[in-house]
Amino acid sequence: MTAIGWLQIALFLAVVLAITKPLGAYMFRVFEGDRRPLPRFFGRAERALYRLCGVDAYKEQTWAVYAFSLLAFSCLGVLVTYAIQRLQQALPFNPQKLPAVEPALAFNTAVSFTTNTNWQSYVPETTVSYLTQMAGLAWHNFTSAAAGIAVALVIARGLTRNRGPSGGKTVGNFWVDLIRSTVYVLLPISFFYALFLVSQGALQNFAPYQEITTLEGVKQVIGMGPVASQEAIKMLGTNGGGFFNTNSAHPFENPTPLSNFVQMVSIFAIPSALTWTYGRMARDQRQGWAIWAAMAVLFFAGVTTLYWAEGHDSPAVRGLAQVQQGTGNLEGKETRFGLASSALFATVTTDASCGAVNAMHDSFTPLGGLVPLVNIQLGEVIFGGVGAGLYGMLVMVVLTVFIAGLMVGRTPEYLGKKIEAREMKLAMLYVLIFPLIVLGFSAWALAVAYGTSSLNNAGPHGLSEILYAFSSGAGNNGSAFAGLNANTRFYNLALGADMLMGRFLMIIPALAIAGSMVDKKVTPAGLGTFPTNGGLFVGLLVSVVLIVGALTFFPALSLGPIVEHFAAGAGRLF
Amino acid sequence: MASRAKQLSLFEPSIVRPAILASFKKLAPQLVAKNPVMFVVEIGSLLTTAIWLRDVISPSPNAAPTWFTLSVSLWLWFTVLFANFAEAVAEGRGKAQADALRRMRQDTMARKVRYWPPREDVPGIANEDIIPATRLKKGDLVLVDAGQVIPGDGEVIEGVASVDESAITGESAPVIRESGGDRSAVTGGTKVLSDRIVIRITVDPGESFLDRMIGLVEGASRQKTPNEIALHILLVGLTVVFLFACVTLVPMGLYSGVHLGATAIVALLVCLIPTTIGGLLSAIGIAGMDRLLRKNVLATSGRAVEAAGDVDTLLLDKTGTITLGNRMATEIIPAPGVRMEDLADAAQLASLADETPEGRSIVVLLKERYQLRGRETKGIAHFIPFSAQTRMSGCDLGERSVRKGAVDAVGDHVKSVGGEMPPEIVQAAWKIGDGGGTPLAVSDGAKVLGLIHLKDVVKGGIAERFARFRAMGIRTVMITGDNPRTAAAIARESGVDDFLAEATPEAKMKLIKEEQGKGKLVAMTGDGTNDAPALAQADVGVAMNTGTQAAKEAGNMVDLDSDPTKLLEVVEVGKQLLMTRGTLTTFSIANDVAKYFAILPALFVGVFPELAPLNVMKLASPNSAILSAVVFNAIIIILLIPLALRGVRYRPLGAAALLRRSLLIYGVGGVIAPFIGIKIIDLGLAAIGLV
Repeated sequence: MTAIGWLQIALFLAVVLAITKPLGAYMFRVFEGDRRPLPRFFGRAERALYRLCGVDAYKEQTWAVYAFSLLAFSCLGVLVTYAIQRLQQALPFNPQKLPAVEPALAFNTAVSFTTNTNWQSYVPETTVSYLTQMAGLAWHNFTSAAAGIAVALVIARGLTRNRGPSGGKTVGNFWVDLIRSTVYVLLPISFFYALFLVSQGALQNFAPYQEITTLEGVKQVIGMGPVASQEAIKMLGTNGGGFFNTNSAHPFENPTPLSNFVQMVSIFAIPSALTWTYGRMARDQRQGWAIWAAMAVLFFAGVTTLYWAEGHDSPAVRGLAQVQQGTGNLEGKETRFGLASSALFATVTTDASCGAVNAMHDSFTPLGGLVPLVNIQLGEVIFGGVGAGLYGMLVMVVLTVFIAGLMVGRTPEYLGKKIEAREMKLAMLYVLIFPLIVLGFSAWALAVAYGTSSLNNAGPHGLSEILYAFSSGAGNNGSAFAGLNANTRFYNLALGADMLMGRFLMIIPALAIAGSMVDKKVTPAGLGTFPTNGGLFVGLLVSVVLIVGALTFFPALSLGPIVEHFAAGAGRLF
Repeated sequence: MASRAKQLSLFEPSIVRPAILASFKKLAPQLVAKNPVMFVVEIGSLLTTAIWLRDVISPSPNAAPTWFTLSVSLWLWFTVLFANFAEAVAEGRGKAQADALRRMRQDTMARKVRYWPPREDVPGIANEDIIPATRLKKGDLVLVDAGQVIPGDGEVIEGVASVDESAITGESAPVIRESGGDRSAVTGGTKVLSDRIVIRITVDPGESFLDRMIGLVEGASRQKTPNEIALHILLVGLTVVFLFACVTLVPMGLYSGVHLGATAIVALLVCLIPTTIGGLLSAIGIAGMDRLLRKNVLATSGRAVEAAGDVDTLLLDKTGTITLGNRMATEIIPAPGVRMEDLADAAQLASLADETPEGRSIVVLLKERYQLRGRETKGIAHFIPFSAQTRMSGCDLGERSVRKGAVDAVGDHVKSVGGEMPPEIVQAAWKIGDGGGTPLAVSDGAKVLGLIHLKDVVKGGIAERFARFRAMGIRTVMITGDNPRTAAAIARESGVDDFLAEATPEAKMKLIKEEQGKGKLVAMTGDGTNDAPALAQADVGVAMNTGTQAAKEAGNMVDLDSDPTKLLEVVEVGKQLLMTRGTLTTFSIANDVAKYFAILPALFVGVFPELAPLNVMKLASPNSAILSAVVFNAIIIILLIPLALRGVRYRPLGAAALLRRSLLIYGVGGVIAPFIGIKIIDLGLAAIGLV
C-alpha cells in the first residue's frame, strides 16, 4: 500500500463524483426533459428509427406491456446472436476462417451478452469471427445496456411520478427508452471514447492475425481486429466481455495507465450519473445523492479491504527466500498497473456488474478474493450495471423503508407513496431469486462429479471458484474468478440458465413494482415522515444491503474464502 | 375513568394460566400454519424430535449425542410454545376486557312494547311482553323505567332519562339521554337512573355494537391488517431465503468434507429466520386493539388503528376538545336607547326553549344577575329552533317576534323586516369577537335590542399538546361554528395550527376532501347525525358514545367516554403499534449477526480447526454454541412479550430523531444483545456441566 495508491483511489472517486451531475442532467434532458439536446442531429436519427421500427413515441405502455416488449426484444436478440455464431464460417469478416461455435457454447454466449453479463466461456481469439464480435456481441453491448437504463427509468418513474401524464398506469415506452439511450447516450460517448482508446494504442482493424518472431526467436501469433470500438461500449455499458481473452489486461485493449483510469471511470459513469437523474425525477436532488452516497460508502469499504488485503504478501509465498517479501501480492497482476489500480479495477468491475478484468481474481489473497465475490453477491447495487444498479438499489430502498419506516410510527412510505403488501411481495420476489439461483446452482455443481471435475483447485478455493461463477452469472457481472473450466456442456447450460434468470426474473418484479407504485397517491412529506434523503437513511440503506446480502451468503462464504483466509493464516493452502 | 383497565397487571395469573393451556392447544398444525415462520419452527421441532427418537431406539456412533438432540428439540418446541403464549396472553387480556363488557349484557329481560303510542283498547299490562334481551330484533320498541337496565342498543324515541353508563365508560356521573337530537343513542347494558324512556332497538341480536367489539378484542374475528400482511410477506420471504441458505449448506458441506447433521441445520435455520417478530406479530396487533380499549375507545377494525398512526391532519371540534365544555353567557350589552330590562326580557324569551348549553347559560345568567324567573310560555309562544342555515333561534309570542343569533344573521333578519343594525352594536360585537368571545345579537321585530356575550374557556395544557402534535408532523385544525375573528382569537390562544370558522357540515366535509386530495390522512371526532357523512369520509372517525347511532355506524371508532380529546391518544396508540412492529422486526433481523458467529464456527470447526477465531464469544463447545443460540432464540420471545403488549413508548420527537433513537436501541442493541445473551447461556450450560 502506498500513498500514491490511496491517492489514485481518491482521485478516481472524485472524478466519478465530478461527472455525476453533468452526465445525470444530460440524461434527464434526454429521457424526461421537454427539449432533448441537439434536436437537428440526434432528433433526426431518433425520428428515423421510430419510423423504421413503427414506434409511436407518444404512446406509453403499462408495466406489463413494457415487460413483454423487453422480453420479446431480448429473446429475439438471443436467437439472432446464436444464429450468427452457428453460421459464422459462412459469413464475411472471418479472416481466420474460424468454424461455427458449438451449440452449448453459442447458447451460453448469446445469453451472456443479451443479459449484459458477458460471461466468456469461449476464448475470443480462437472462437469468434470479427462479424460475430461486431454484429452479434457489440450489438448486445449497446442494447443490453440500453435495456438496463430503460428498466431503471421505469422504476424511477413508478416511484416519482405524481400520476402519469396520461393519468393512468403507464410507465413509459420501452422502444422509445431503448432508442433514446442508444442514440443520445451510448453511441455518441462510445464514438469519442473509441477514438481516445485508439490514441492510446488500442487496435482498430480488420486484419488477419499476425505471426511474428519474438526477440527470443519464438514464433507468436498476435490477435488483431476492431478492438477500440468494442472496448468503448464494453466499459461504458458495464458489459465487460473482452475482445481478447485476457480482457483489460491485454495491452491492445487497455494500453496505458491513462486508458486504464478512463476505463474504470467509464464503468461507473452512467450508473453514478443515473442517481442524479433519479434525484431530478424525484424533484429532490438529495434523494439521488443519498443513493449515490450509500453506493459510494459500500464501494469505498470494498476497495479499502481489497487494497489492504492485496497490499500484504500472499500467504502462499510468505517466508520464501526466492520471493522479495513486503511488496504485496503481485501474483496474477499486470505490473503495468500495479497493486492499487488492480485492486481498484477489481472493485469497480465487480461493484458495477461490468466484469472486465485487468488482474486475475483467482490469484488474489483469500480476503482479497472475498471482496469481488461479496460485491457481486450484494446484488450488484454498488453503482451496479448500467441501469441495473439503480433499479436494484431502488428495490433495496423499498425494502429499507419498509423495515425501518415503521419505526417512526407510520406505515411505510417512500417519496410519499405507501409501500403495501403488493410491493412487498414483488420486492421479496426480487430479493429471493438471486440467492435461490446462486446457491442452488452452486450446491448442484459442488455435489456432482461433472461439476467439480472442472475445478483446478480443491477445498475452499474450489468452492469459491464455483460460487463465484454462479454469482457472477446471476448478478450479470461476467467476470470470472477463473480456475474453473466453464466450457463444458453442464456449465454452459447451467450458467446460461443462471444468467437468464438472474436478469429477467429480477427485471419482471422490478417493473411490476413500478407499475404498482406509479398511480399511488402522494402524501406530502412532513415532520413525521421517514426522511429518505439524509445521512441516517444512507447508513440504514447500507446496513440493509449488507445484511440482506451477508446473511444470505455468509454460510456459503464461510466454507469458501473465509475458511481459506483463516487456514492460510495458519499455513494451510489450497 | 380507566380504573377498570389498570387493574390488569401484565402477567395476571388469571390470564397466564389459561394462556399456558392455550399455548399447547395452539400447537395444532392447522393453527400454526397461519403463521408460516412458526410453522417452519414446528416442522423443525418435529424433525429433530424424530431424529432423537431414532437415535434412542437405534443408537449409531456417528450421530450427535442424544442429550444434545433432545435439548435442541425441546427448545425448538419451547420457541413455538412461547410464541403461542404471547398470542394467548394478548388474547386473554382482550378476553378479560370483553368479558367485562359481556357481563353487563347477560340476564337482562326486556319489556317489549306492542303498540306505541299505546292504544286505548289495549291495557298497559297487555301492551308489554317480557322477553329475554337476546331475542330483541331490530325495530322492536322497549320500555325502560328507572332502575332497569337498557336491554339493547337503540335510540330513545320518547322521554328523557338520566342513564348510568359507568359499566361501559367507567364514568360514574350519569348522563342525560333524550329523544330527538344528538343524545338519543343508548347502549345495551347501561342503567336508567330516573324517569322512563321508550327505546327503538337498532340492531339484531348478535350484531350489537358490543358483540362486534367483543369479537374484535377477543381476536376471534380479527383479520390481519394491511400492514401486518405486508410485514408477513417480508418475514416469509426472509424465511425462504434462510431455508435455502441452510439447505444448500448441506451439499456445500459435503464437498468440503463437513457432514452437517440435520439437528444442527434445523437449529441454524430456526435461529436465522425471524422468529422473534414472527412469534410476536399477532400479539402486537391484538395488544394494540386492547390498548385502545383500555383508553375506552373501541375500534371497529384493526385497519383503523393502523390508519390512526398515519394521520396527518386532526380535525378537532372546538367545543369540548379545545375549550372547556360550552360557551357561557357572561354579560348582556344593550343597544343605545334600549333599557337593560327590555334586553334581558327579550333575551330570556328567546332562550327559554333553547336547550343548548349556551341557551341555558343565558337563562342562568339572567336569573342570577337580573332576577328574571322562568315563565310559563307553553301554548302561547311559538318557538323557532336553531338551524344551521338561519343560524338563529327565538320565539313568536303574540305581537312579539324575538330572535337571537349570530350578529350578521340577525342583521339580515332585521333588514328583511325593515329594520337596521345599529353601528354601535356592530362595533361592540367586533370587540367581543376580537377577545375570543362570541356575540349573539337579540332582536325584537325590526329592532335590535343588544348583545349577549358568550365566552369560551380554553382548556389548560392544550397548547402543549398541540405543540407535541406539531413535533410529530401532525396538523391540527379547529372546527367551529364561530365567526372567523372569534375563531382566530381562540386558535391563537390554544395554539392550534389552523381553523375552520362558521363551519357547516358541508364545509367540514369539503375540508376533509380537500385534505385527502392533497394526499393527507384525516382524523376527526363527531357525535351528531349531521357528522355522519364526514365521519365516514374521514380516514379515522371517532364517534362519541353519547352520539347518535348514525354517527357511531359511520365512524370506525367509538369513544366510550365521549371525550373528544381522546383523538390525540388514539393517534399515539396507532403510532405505538406501528413502531412496536418496526422495532421488533429490526431487532429480530439484527440478532442474526450474533447467531451466525455462534453457530457457523461450531458447524465447521471440526474439519477446519483454523476457524476457531470466528468463535468470537469463545463458547465452550460446538454443541454448547448451537444449544445456546437456540435457547437464546426462544427466551428472547418471552422477554419481549411485555414490550409487545405494552408497545414501544412513543415520543413526539419528529421522525428523524425518533428513527435515530429506535435504531440505536433496537438496531445496534439488536446486534449486541445476543452476543451477551448467548455467552451467558453458554456459561450457564457449562456451569451445570451439560456441555
